[in-house]
Amino acid sequence: MRAGRLGWAPYALLLPSLAYLAIFFAAPMLGAFGLAFQDGDGSWSLASIQRMLNDFNFMRALTTTLLLVILVLPVQLVLAMGMALVINARLKGAGLWLYIFALPLGISELAAGIVWVSIFTQTGWLNSILQTLGIIDRPIIWQSGESQWLLILLVVIAESWRATSIIMIILVAGLQSIPPEYLEAAEVYGATTWQKVRRVILPMLRPTLQVALILRTILAFQVFATVVALAGTGTVVLAQEARRWAVVIDNDNVAAAYAGLILLLSIASTLVFLWLLPTREEERQ
Amino acid sequence: MTARPASARPGMRRRQLGRALTYVAATLLAAFVLAPIYLIAISALTPPEIALTQYPRPLVPTEISFDTIRFFLDAAGVVDAFWRSVYVGIITLVLALLIGAPAGYAIARYAFRGRETYRLLVLSTRAFPVVILAIPLAVTYIRLGINDSIIGVALMHTALALPFAILITSSVFISVPRELEEAAQTLGCHPIQAFLRVSLPLALPGLAAAAIFTWVISWNDVFAASILTLREPTLPARVLTSLTQSRITFQFAAGFIMLIPSIVVIFFIRRYLLGLWGRVVK
Repeated sequence: MRAGRLGWAPYALLLPSLAYLAIFFAAPMLGAFGLAFQDGDGSWSLASIQRMLNDFNFMRALTTTLLLVILVLPVQLVLAMGMALVINARLKGAGLWLYIFALPLGISELAAGIVWVSIFTQTGWLNSILQTLGIIDRPIIWQSGESQWLLILLVVIAESWRATSIIMIILVAGLQSIPPEYLEAAEVYGATTWQKVRRVILPMLRPTLQVALILRTILAFQVFATVVALAGTGTVVLAQEARRWAVVIDNDNVAAAYAGLILLLSIASTLVFLWLLPTREEERQ
Repeated sequence: MTARPASARPGMRRRQLGRALTYVAATLLAAFVLAPIYLIAISALTPPEIALTQYPRPLVPTEISFDTIRFFLDAAGVVDAFWRSVYVGIITLVLALLIGAPAGYAIARYAFRGRETYRLLVLSTRAFPVVILAIPLAVTYIRLGINDSIIGVALMHTALALPFAILITSSVFISVPRELEEAAQTLGCHPIQAFLRVSLPLALPGLAAAAIFTWVISWNDVFAASILTLREPTLPARVLTSLTQSRITFQFAAGFIMLIPSIVVIFFIRRYLLGLWGRVVK
């Protein structure tokens, strides 16, 4: 009855947001591809993309970014799963645990990077603790940049700290949608905790895991300020190169080529996860 | 008779042990989250002369002072950048709620064709690289003459915050029983009146939480701001450009100040956390 009277109402309410997203999402996205396929004079060419591909930093930025994504994902997945299972166990003060685990959700990349600088810097907390315990006798220079791997490891730790909570939130919501009868049944048949996780929770959580992995991977391709804070110019990632071309070199075309590459990698990773973790409906087809 | 308690006891002991282990895991994970926050706090609250010279540093600070933070705020342009960030956040908050709350209300209250498509669209914009928005917008802004301006950054931040504003407000409106609104309508209220008099007051605390969250999304952005504001930067953009030249204590204070709102906001939106992403998967 009401639908007949006000059938247009929901569309009218959605309209402003759709218009805004068209102007500030769709248009810039098309604009970015336009810029990437133009040269400095505004004529269509592949020159900007070639310039990106031939740039001295390109391969290093690409491999470092991919490496970070590959290293950070499993760590975050295990941590987030641990947190989500803890929340789901309904300990005393469940709300407090959720609040603590969710804290980094609001913390910016830059702030998170600086937080870990205070730990890894030469006279920072890690060295202070190791020295006090007598494990080292002089401070170790963690951020020296002599080893790419060490710098990448520092970024992986900082990113695992900062961005695990978003996966945790998605997993908690997924866990709550598993009917408790399933776990009770498993318990009646004498399943251990590990068996419950392996045989009931993980299979039922597959669609949730798919979403969490897709989202986190896409965000990981944009990693930027954590790297700048912890590694300075000791290592480069794609977003950093996009900014360098836009701001320092002042060539928006090459910058847009980098942005387009990040978007393509995001789409490719989404397809990979859809293919690796098909949900049941997709399997049936 | 005697066999039964004997077999029940190991099962119960195993469960108690499992419970205890869960508490241990919870404590370790919580320590991993909280320890770095504590460490940046005492880094920023230690007087600079101690922070720069003392090594190894004690985990319980011997002296607390605001000198490091004052030194940070006295650095050129920092206070201006701070207020710029506050204003950009406020404009973002107002725009995102004005545009997002009606949409959130629509998906919470109406069953209509295209609702799921719209929800998926909103969610997918969340997964969109900021990088690809900021660079073409910078070009457009120069053409329009709003580069390096508060409004320019705020418009971009609204695009980032809008999906969140829509999702949080929709979970807020879902939590307000629609029966109340329908009751008001059967008693003769116009739908708009019913919304203003019944649903809106009940939704107000949740809307406030959504507002604070959109403000923090703006406060946190560094990539877009560092491309759209060069001469008149927001706080994160200002901090980013001086990372390599600044003293380490400058960074500690900057990190701590940028961190505070982020921690406060999670407290205010804690009830809506699961709604943010929760209903992604049905």
